[in-house]
Order: sequence, then structure tokens, then C-alpha cells
Amino acid sequence: MAYDFQGKSIDHDEEGFITDVGDWSPELASFLAEQEGIALGDEHWEVINFLRDYYNEYQIAPAIRVLVKQMKKAFGPEKGNNKYLYELFPYGPAKQACKFAGLPKPTGCI
Amino acid sequence: MAEAETLDDFDETDEDVKRFMFVNRKAPYGTIYALEVLEMVLITGAFDQDVSVAFLDDGVFQIKKGQDTKAVNMKNFSPTYRALEGYDIEKLYVERESMEARGLAPEDFVVPVKVVSAAELADLMAEQDVIISG
Repeated sequence: MAYDFQGKSIDHDEEGFITDVGDWSPELASFLAEQEGIALGDEHWEVINFLRDYYNEYQIAPAIRVLVKQMKKAFGPEKGNNKYLYELFPYGPAKQACKFAGLPKPTGCI
Repeated sequence: MAEAETLDDFDETDEDVKRFMFVNRKAPYGTIYALEVLEMVLITGAFDQDVSVAFLDDGVFQIKKGQDTKAVNMKNFSPTYRALEGYDIEKLYVERESMEARGLAPEDFVVPVKVVSAAELADLMAEQDVIISG
């Protein structure tokens, strides 16, 4: 399975997560979000960039509980809570935001 | 899991929490054990269980600093052990005898660990509800 994006074929798994983190670009993130009816704004990017930094440091995508906790530490309680993250990413912040960020599906997400 | 994710507060009682110890005995690469155990540790932590992780025998190499996996063509997953703290998994034990036999010291590890003797580790194991060995 692959996305046809800017004349390139980008492989993804059965849930739409790209298989090679190296294929990611900000334009691809916007493209993936559009497919799910989301126009990425600054608040979305804040989460996506946060996830990419987390992945670069630890080589995994965080579980939702961990994402919330770390967001709270970095941006305060207004942004470090489930409600805020679900409003930005209605299908689940870990799953949807990680997909747009080009990360694998979070470990422990069933 | 999907539904539970939307709740800020889980209705949780102490009875739902078990004491898990994961026992790592094998070198990080060459077999899939180390990586699979690490995934189990993360999942167990995500479910708010009481998790300890022990490293003994060649398992102590899993958390050694300066791993370079290019030649074996596997991802270096040692940075992931540093994520455990964020999952509230802070009980990491290294067996003293295994560590010393391999010429290692606590400062050689990517995470802070508690060094315990084989006898102390046996006592810790006796306190667990579940022990998973890899």
C-alpha cells in the first residue's frame, strides 16, 4: 500500500502509517491530515513537532498517557490534557497525530 | 483501549494493580527477546501497573552506553530505555555479579539503575505477582 504524493510513491501500513520515517516532510503531514479532513494549524504543528522530537530522542511514539504528561510539562495544563488533544485530533491524539508526524503507531495502542 | 483513552480519570482500585517484574538475560541484538520484552514493559507501564525491570547475565548489555548497530543492520533501541521514566517505570535493577563479571559499572548504563546482589534480586522476585523472563 502506498500514497501517491508529489509524484512519489510512499509506502504505508494497513492503517495509513508510513513505513519509512525518512519519507516524512511537513508537506506530507498536511497531505495526510487533509485526507482525514483536518487543516493543520499552529496548534496541530505544536503537537506534531513535539511528537517528532520525542521520537528522535527515545525512538518510540509515546503512549497517550505519557504524551499528555509530557505536553503538560512542556506547555502547561491548558494543552497537556486529553480534551485539548482530542479536539485537535478527534480520532485520538496518539494515533492521528503520530500518523501525521510520520511516526509508527504508539506502542501499547491496540 | 480506545474508549479508556478518552477518560481523564480511570476508575481504578489497587486490586487492578499487579507487581510485574521483567527479567532480561540476553544480549540486545542477535535475538528479538530484548526488544520484545521492552515493548511488553512499555505496554504494562501504559496500563499503570507496578513494573520493575531487572538486567542480569548478558542482559546487562541492553542498557550499555554507546551502542552502534550499523553493522548488524538493526535499530539501536537503547535510547528507548530512557523513556521508561516518563512511563513512571523507575525500578531498574542490575545484578551486581553479572555487571562485575563483564567489567561494567553503573556509570556505563544509559539509565540510572539500582545495583543489587543475586540474593537481593531473589528477594525482589519473591515479592512479585508476575515474572516475565526474556
